Amino acid sequence: MKLVVCVGSSCHLRGSRQVVERLRKLIEENKLEDSIEFSGIFCLNRCQADRVSVKLDGKYFSLLPEEVDSFFQDEIMSKK
Amino acid sequence: MRKFDTKIQYLQYRAMTEVSRAAWNNTLQEEILDIPRRIVPGNIPTMRCCVYKERAILAERVKLAMGGDKSNPNVIEVIKIACDECPASGYEVTDSCRGCLAHRCQEVCKKDAITFDSKQKAQIDKTKCIDCGLCAKVCPYNAIQNHTRPCENACSTVKAISMDESMAADIDGDKCIACGACIYQCPFGAIMSKSYLLEAIDIIKSSQNNTKYRVYAIVAPAISSQFKYAKLGQVISGIKALGFHTVVEAALGADMVAASEAKELIKKGILTSSCCPAFVDYVHKNFPKLVDYVSHNLSPMATIAKYIKENDPTAKNIFIGPCTAKKVEFQKPEVAPYIDCVLTFEELQALFDSKELDIVNMEEDLLDNASYFGRIFARSGGLSDAIVQGVKEIGNADFVAEPVPCNGIAECRRALLMLSRNALKGNFIEGMACEGGCISGAGILTRGDKNKADVDKHSKIAQEKTITESVSQLP
Repeated sequence: MKLVVCVGSSCHLRGSRQVVERLRKLIEENKLEDSIEFSGIFCLNRCQADRVSVKLDGKYFSLLPEEVDSFFQDEIMSKK
Repeated sequence: MRKFDTKIQYLQYRAMTEVSRAAWNNTLQEEILDIPRRIVPGNIPTMRCCVYKERAILAERVKLAMGGDKSNPNVIEVIKIACDECPASGYEVTDSCRGCLAHRCQEVCKKDAITFDSKQKAQIDKTKCIDCGLCAKVCPYNAIQNHTRPCENACSTVKAISMDESMAADIDGDKCIACGACIYQCPFGAIMSKSYLLEAIDIIKSSQNNTKYRVYAIVAPAISSQFKYAKLGQVISGIKALGFHTVVEAALGADMVAASEAKELIKKGILTSSCCPAFVDYVHKNFPKLVDYVSHNLSPMATIAKYIKENDPTAKNIFIGPCTAKKVEFQKPEVAPYIDCVLTFEELQALFDSKELDIVNMEEDLLDNASYFGRIFARSGGLSDAIVQGVKEIGNADFVAEPVPCNGIAECRRALLMLSRNALKGNFIEGMACEGGCISGAGILTRGDKNKADVDKHSKIAQEKTITESVSQLP
């Protein structure tokens, strides 16, 4: 799986660090380091008010930091 | 709205703007010979002996805007016909000498170089004089003056500038560290850096609106002290309007460097910084035995550029900063894979105006990637503060970072001499070739005391407050 978090200025100010840190932790806890290619890109061109842009295998999502756990469960763990 | 400090900057800017405008329009070949006349119209000279010389010099500026002399590997070039061949005779007695009785000048001279003629006026024997300047200091009439060249003065530590057979300034590329101090100091604008504007325009145009590949602008933290006529957010909007995909702070690279350099310092015990390319070059050329002390980290520019390319393999990175030495650094084999082009703030201004972008009427875009500590790299002392913080954040209580901030290449030299004698008072040399740090680089629009205050102000509003947090934002 390819997981990309937008780390551009706009998403950074909306909490991309918290999103990245939580995802990093979840990937570690679930030992998915080898199956998820986790990367950051400066601007996915999907700037949205209050939310951080994330791209998973070509599909776009926009998340609040507190939505990371449910995103991870629904989109990654359940589809493994 | 004042954009530049001097008329010299304005002339070079005009040449760069005209070249860029034609390059965007694909009309450079047709227009190139007309550009000097466009900048100096009419028949009345305002700068030199005649408009023909003025235009001849502008033709040279156009050439530099297009990349300069390809056979000269140095990025700093002398425009020989613009050099006024300033007198460089050293200390001389002027007509102000009153022929006094005290003869303090003779008294103080350790080389017995001063005698008196039949009218009791002092004479300096140039075969004995060592230009120490003591006589000039003690003369009650200030009658002894030092005739030196501003370019040679600017280069007094590096000593890369001399006179050629026609008395014009000549730069020894083997000694030059491309700091650009001479560019700012030459009152005739006879020394300039090569410009890579055409390469930058080509990279942007060939990206076809960032569809073939994405073009990233990596901006130096000194940007917060420049473009004083506009808001920083408007400058960011302007950069994007030129056709860049996005703008990234080199200061985030500085955070990454601070974190890794702090570790390297603890491991090695003694270290010098590696972020100023002119300083690194100076160590290589003058203190080869100390090269191992130079941090093995890439510069902040190259560090963040490497991250961008590793995560977006088609990316093209253009660095925009205050520095002429970066124009050398990006061509080095260890940096070339990550940085595709380097521009200065002066060149960015020319690009704005070549596209007639009125940035003061633009919306403010965002720029926030780095921490306070990454941003203060732009001014002298900032890197030292960041290293102390970096060591603190690692949490090693047994090791204390003792930085020696060196403000300007003369201070760097003194610290390196001390290091070579194992007498450095500290364990980390912050080497900054420009006095004041990057905010006084040769490629800036405006210099002055306010630049430091502006950088500090912008640093304090960074969202991330620690180096660790800042680095943690990247997957």
